[in-house]
Amino acid sequence: MARTPFSTPRPAAGSPCLAVRDLCIDLPQGADRPHAVRGVSFDVMPGQVVCLLGESGSGKSVIAQAVMGLLPDSLKPSGGHIEVLGENVLAADAARLRAWRGARMAMVFQEPMTALNPVMRCGAQVDEMLAEHTALGAAERRQKVLAIFARVKLPEPERIYDAYPHQLSGGQRQRIVIAIALILRPALLICDEPTTALDVTTQAEILSLIREMQQENGTAVLFITHDFGVVADIADHVVVLQLGRQVESGPKDDVLRRPKEPYTRMLLDAVPRLEPASRPPVADAPPLLDARGVTKTYRSGSWPGKRRTVHAATDVSLQLRAGETVGIVGESGSGKSTVARCIARLIEPTGGEVWVPHLEAQHAPRARLSAFRRMVQVVFQDPNRSLNPRRTVGQSIIEGPVNFGLSPEKAWQRAEELMDLVRLKPEVLHRYPSEFSGGQRQRLCIARALACEPQVLIADEAVSALDVSVQDQILKLLAEIQQRLSIGILFITHDLRVASQICDRLIVMHKGRIVEQGTARDVLLSPREAYTRSLLAAAPGQGYAFGQG
Amino acid sequence: MTSISLPADTAAAAPRSHPKPSLPRRVFANAAVRTGSVLLCLMVVLAVAAPWLYTIDPNAMDPANSHLSPGAHAEFTTLAGDSFQRFFPMGTDSMGRDIWSRTAYGARISLSVGLAVALGSIALGMLVGMVAGYFRRLDGTIMRVMDGVMAIPGILFAIVLVAVWRPSLWTVILAIVVPETPRVARLVRSVVLSVREEPYVEAAIALDTPAWKLMLRHILPNTVAPLIVQGTFVCAAAMLAEAVMSFLGIGLPSDVPTWGNIMSEGRAYFTSHPSTVLLPGAFLAATVLAVNMLGDGLRDALDPKFNKRGS
Repeated sequence: MARTPFSTPRPAAGSPCLAVRDLCIDLPQGADRPHAVRGVSFDVMPGQVVCLLGESGSGKSVIAQAVMGLLPDSLKPSGGHIEVLGENVLAADAARLRAWRGARMAMVFQEPMTALNPVMRCGAQVDEMLAEHTALGAAERRQKVLAIFARVKLPEPERIYDAYPHQLSGGQRQRIVIAIALILRPALLICDEPTTALDVTTQAEILSLIREMQQENGTAVLFITHDFGVVADIADHVVVLQLGRQVESGPKDDVLRRPKEPYTRMLLDAVPRLEPASRPPVADAPPLLDARGVTKTYRSGSWPGKRRTVHAATDVSLQLRAGETVGIVGESGSGKSTVARCIARLIEPTGGEVWVPHLEAQHAPRARLSAFRRMVQVVFQDPNRSLNPRRTVGQSIIEGPVNFGLSPEKAWQRAEELMDLVRLKPEVLHRYPSEFSGGQRQRLCIARALACEPQVLIADEAVSALDVSVQDQILKLLAEIQQRLSIGILFITHDLRVASQICDRLIVMHKGRIVEQGTARDVLLSPREAYTRSLLAAAPGQGYAFGQG
Repeated sequence: MTSISLPADTAAAAPRSHPKPSLPRRVFANAAVRTGSVLLCLMVVLAVAAPWLYTIDPNAMDPANSHLSPGAHAEFTTLAGDSFQRFFPMGTDSMGRDIWSRTAYGARISLSVGLAVALGSIALGMLVGMVAGYFRRLDGTIMRVMDGVMAIPGILFAIVLVAVWRPSLWTVILAIVVPETPRVARLVRSVVLSVREEPYVEAAIALDTPAWKLMLRHILPNTVAPLIVQGTFVCAAAMLAEAVMSFLGIGLPSDVPTWGNIMSEGRAYFTSHPSTVLLPGAFLAATVLAVNMLGDGLRDALDPKFNKRGS
């Protein structure tokens, strides 16, 4: 392959770096719609950040793949064209695409761990780009790699050069991916949900890094995301997609503040506000659930190796009353899920106690655990995996009541009533989980939990895997169910926006310990601890008034 | 906004993915599955219908007609004195027994050993793997014992068994089942370990589902596809092992017609009469190949990852 010179072509003044015109990409026969993408047109000018915004299935990633020339064989572009620096990507052959990738256009992926080769040192992975595309000698290449490591603000570039991806943190890995993308100074950078897998504080750092690098080099950026906060922070121009069609496009403030299309407005209305919602006051009553000093310690390794002790949760105490929602917020690894699983007795805590005041009469431990489980139910994060794919949803929903001694007929009757509560038809009980969308499945999971008539519902990131409009529906559904049945909800989330909408009280966790707790209003509006403040400061789209022009 | 505006779920649960062809159809679309199963069916017919497929008593011998070449015509006189004209499609062995008849009856032994070993090691391995995967306290101990079993050479184990008991079909089956069990146990254990982390299993635990129900309903169904595939490989390996044991003289008694026994007897005369070894060997090779093709094809058809790549 002929080596291209190191200097990559720059767009002529005034002409777009990326031009997409009437792009149409077909889906294979038998899919749920004929086109993955239809009639999409937009430009990305040098130095501009254009955000493709849409819910899952809107075709935004397909557009990114098409621009990179990485479409899978099953997807065929059937119309329009994609020009990068004036040359049509759709017409280019494999060799030209290979030469262009990295030099003209580069991509940053969502999950940095899978985007990097786990058995290759980080430095070598960046070096590969230079070795493939330039004629530089080994020493020069090393200098360049170390220089870009310093530019993407990696600590100790020399050490990172020789490190393997698993030895770095998620944010550092994403910096390596960005370094790979930017080492050849491409004219166009495509970022496909680059911060979705990262914690909120890391996300803020990566976003500012992308912004900085883009301004320094005048790179054109095509940024794909489903997160409105991120869009508000980074975009110049926004293209809204729905089911492969372009709904609306324009400058950021026009689209996000004065949307013309009802779909955009609906999405914007669904974005949870950071300001706490006003919620009905909780009656002062003895707690339903009283966790005292819950501690979970994991020990790994055994003699003769090194023993490691991980304190996943240390001395966590909380109380939950009827009709109350208590949120536990924190970044990944803060121990919030561990606490939830200890309280649900899915794992046994190493220390501390979970009291349920009126269960103390039971004496046999087995009967007590059974009664406890009936009272405390869990809704999990991933609705696609929390229903057994081999059983009809009806069978899944009646499993709990039947275990607790109800006859299958009665349980089925109750399941049909519950379908009304979660806004599904009773007939769907005979179907399999694969026939439902993510939001419907999450409603079925809620129905399954409610079928046991619990008094406490633990929602472990229950809306995190859902699109913003579906998330909004589920949050409203939970609030309504809580009002009707007056249950206590323990709501675990990493998303402060979601927490602010549903929680009466908030508990902020960091490194397994409670950092701060109080009413949602106090914690969000006047945080006392530095960590809470940094968490709040990192939330994307601060103070941006969506849909309010 | 207090009212909930959920979209009317009239379209609820409209099938989202395009209708997939049914499982049997998908499995039989695979060329390897078709070829393997046709070949295997022929072997099963041969075994079941052996008495009607132009065979005589596989142990009837006529020393006067020893070492006939394939395709020879001769007058066959049994030891009882009956005599008849016969065409010998595969010739006769050193004792004047009809090799075709012995091969056809030998298919019965090979296939039943293969099937019995596959079923036996799956049943045993499933039990062991399930217990090891589900009860973490027992995991270490059980799997180290399994490692120990795996470390014993299969043939050595068979020699010990034959030395302790008399050689019989059951000894042979047991001698092959025991070394195969750890492999099945490891497979089941790994499936159980990964599936028990699935949220739907955790949800079932939270619903107070008893352990046995959890196993039968939520965990074991996931082992069916890999076990079918593993079963075919065990079956093929068992048929080979049985032939090897017979060939070495530690399998079934030498008067029982098995493919290994026929080859073993032919070994001494291989230079002058190679067909005595090669023809039964060809049957063994074809059967093992058929089972392996079936297994390979089933793995491709049942494994979702292979499916995606295919379509």
